Amino acid sequence: MAYVSIADRDHEIEHHDPQTFITKYVYSQDHKVIAIQYGGLAILIGLVGMILSSIFRLQLGFPDTFAFINPENYLQFVSTHGMIMVIYLLTALFLGGFGNYLIPLQLGSRDMVFPFMNMLSVWVYALSVLILIASFFVPGGATGAGWTLYPPQAISPGTPGVDMGIILMLVSLAVFIVAFTMGGLNYVTTVLQARCRGMTLMRMPLSVWGIFMATILGLLAFPALLVSAIMMLLDKTIGTSFFMPAMMAAGEVTDYGGGSPVLFQHLFWFFGHPEVYIVALPAFGIVSDLLSVHARKNIFGYRMMVWAILAIGGLSFIVWAHHMYVSGMNPYFGFFFATTTLIIAVPTALKVYNWVLTLWQGNIHLRTPMLFAIGFIFTFTHGGLTGLFLGNVTIDLPLSDTYFVVAHFHMVMGVSPVLVVFGAIYHWYPKMTGRMYNETLGKWHFWLTFLGTYSLYLPMHYIGFLGVPRRYFAMGNTDFMPDSAITLNTSMTISALIIAATQSIFLYNIIVSLKKGKPAGGNPWKATSLEWMTPDTPPKHGNWGHELPVVHRWAYDYAVPGAAEDYTPQTVPASEVPVGRDHGVDH
Amino acid sequence: MYITLIFLGVIMATIIGWLLRQTLNSQPWVSEAADDAVSGTSMDTSTKAVALMTFLAVATSVFGLFISAYTIRMEGPDWRPLAEPTLLWANSAMLVLASIVYHWTRNAAVKGNMEQVKPGLTVAGALTILFLLGQIVAWRQLIAAGYYVGLNPANAFFYLLTAVHGLHMLGGLWVWAKSTINVWTGADSDSVRLSIELCTVYWHFLLLVWVVLFGMLLST
Repeated sequence: MAYVSIADRDHEIEHHDPQTFITKYVYSQDHKVIAIQYGGLAILIGLVGMILSSIFRLQLGFPDTFAFINPENYLQFVSTHGMIMVIYLLTALFLGGFGNYLIPLQLGSRDMVFPFMNMLSVWVYALSVLILIASFFVPGGATGAGWTLYPPQAISPGTPGVDMGIILMLVSLAVFIVAFTMGGLNYVTTVLQARCRGMTLMRMPLSVWGIFMATILGLLAFPALLVSAIMMLLDKTIGTSFFMPAMMAAGEVTDYGGGSPVLFQHLFWFFGHPEVYIVALPAFGIVSDLLSVHARKNIFGYRMMVWAILAIGGLSFIVWAHHMYVSGMNPYFGFFFATTTLIIAVPTALKVYNWVLTLWQGNIHLRTPMLFAIGFIFTFTHGGLTGLFLGNVTIDLPLSDTYFVVAHFHMVMGVSPVLVVFGAIYHWYPKMTGRMYNETLGKWHFWLTFLGTYSLYLPMHYIGFLGVPRRYFAMGNTDFMPDSAITLNTSMTISALIIAATQSIFLYNIIVSLKKGKPAGGNPWKATSLEWMTPDTPPKHGNWGHELPVVHRWAYDYAVPGAAEDYTPQTVPASEVPVGRDHGVDH
Repeated sequence: MYITLIFLGVIMATIIGWLLRQTLNSQPWVSEAADDAVSGTSMDTSTKAVALMTFLAVATSVFGLFISAYTIRMEGPDWRPLAEPTLLWANSAMLVLASIVYHWTRNAAVKGNMEQVKPGLTVAGALTILFLLGQIVAWRQLIAAGYYVGLNPANAFFYLLTAVHGLHMLGGLWVWAKSTINVWTGADSDSVRLSIELCTVYWHFLLLVWVVLFGMLLST
């Protein structure tokens, strides 16, 4: 879908528009092109991550069957899969992709406030992806230290990729953070300073709220990853001992001494936990908009939704050590972090209730985006509840490092955000390309993905309860694993392969619909927010033609009692549709 | 991690407090004429100033985390404090002067007095470059005295913190170089004023960071 979104402009280039192919599509400073570049690249690298997961699932489901998978590259696949999915796919796609596309369009701006820096951001991101991929092709291959890269093991002999692999991984992360910071400064500043007339903060669609808060979290939390990456690089390359304790490695005493591996864990999770919400908050925001549009109802409790986003953002900085219960800490700390973890469930649960209440008595249209949005409520609730288990110290201790944890975080921050990604792509596809996707294929894509992920991750909880450890290449002759667990591993692998194959339906749909899709028109969903009000679809450079829009109401005036139509766009003045709501009581 | 927590707590409290104030009394489901008149610009200042403030929050987070790591690692039994070279005092003086001169230049730019801006900007930059050169000399003195980076975490942190601070300074000098070239090639005060104002804020920020870092290095 890379370039077609604005290809129809060729014959009517305005005077100030970029003129050449290079400035229009490659080194473009238009936020929509940058969004598609960000999104396209993120999806591409995401597919690599998915293929990696299919390969290591083959080993788990059919041990000793595939000769090309050995313990070393198994660990490399697992580690790179995790890193790609969390950072290079989800963070980049939600903020670089949807952030870039939606912020200016939903706020009535012509572009991001610093277009050049925005362009720089996407190309630096591309560089970070390139470095990451390159790590597979250097001597020793990519790092196999797990996506958390814990020292001392990450930079000690015996771990795959201990030579160049880990160095490239750390450099790639640092480069990614530079790219994200350039983008993030843009998103924050644009939201604060470049909205159109009448767009108060509280009239912003929740998508923008989610992306805005996630960007703030990213800007403050990614430095922790940067700091730990720099310090580990120095430990690896010039022999400092920030994280490395005195130890023997490969039978020899190393030069390291006195370093603190737990310090790394603190820094890593100080980034790592907000990262969960960097991915989740945009998903929360976007799913709110999808539910409201396709249920033809205003979002339930808009103000509460905004405050919940703020509360989650604030709290996400004081829960990090719940990832470290088994690393050893003062019991009072464990108590503190378990408490904050449970507290963060309150605003999160509030959001879930509000999504469900938005559906209640709505005029629900079960189109593809809506199916994905409703599917998200299921998977997110499911993953969130197992999070309550793991947030408690005493329950976490036996479950730590088992497949229960893997199942939990895949449900809550793997499957759930990805469902929103798909829903959002289907929802905005008509705006991005001017054409409709194929609804039947979209529904097949949803049901196979949704049911597939459940058949993959529900049994995974069970084998986690049995105590099957994560990250192991093979289980060997273990007594605690009954035959059923072995069989389940095979069935989970088959599910994973089906899910992976299903994504080809999605790719086929979005690629073929570029040419064959029915023309969508400017506002196929009869939605109220500004991006559907652009004079052209897909929107042209500058988005709004000669005049910027003026906003007169919030983005959720669906089925306003007494109004002629079931939606009232944000640009319609109160004088034209004088009816409205007041505290839920009709005038 | 307490230091980072306090830093970030203050930053987050400021952000969330500000956002709450903006949203508290709003009833967005009611179409109000007062809201229709809102300009869509939240802060009465330039866009670049908002971006700089956001960046300073990011930089604060970076330095705060380094300081946290420093205090945690310091508790290790192998920590041997190093004797900071006296030269650092002279370097600090350079940086203080650079900040003062930058501020003076800023005042001149606000008044549109380009005859003062030209030398002011040049001197501020020169002092900053002297600071950076002085830092490199301090490194060489330490190496000559046998304080190698891999020998002790205190040494490693010294080089790391000064390097990170120096890199931020270099980033500032990049913007400084652009406005200096503009000033000497005849730009008027309006076109460079904002850049000089923002650089002044950045220089003050990095001075503050240096004071904190230097104080911490000296006292431990």
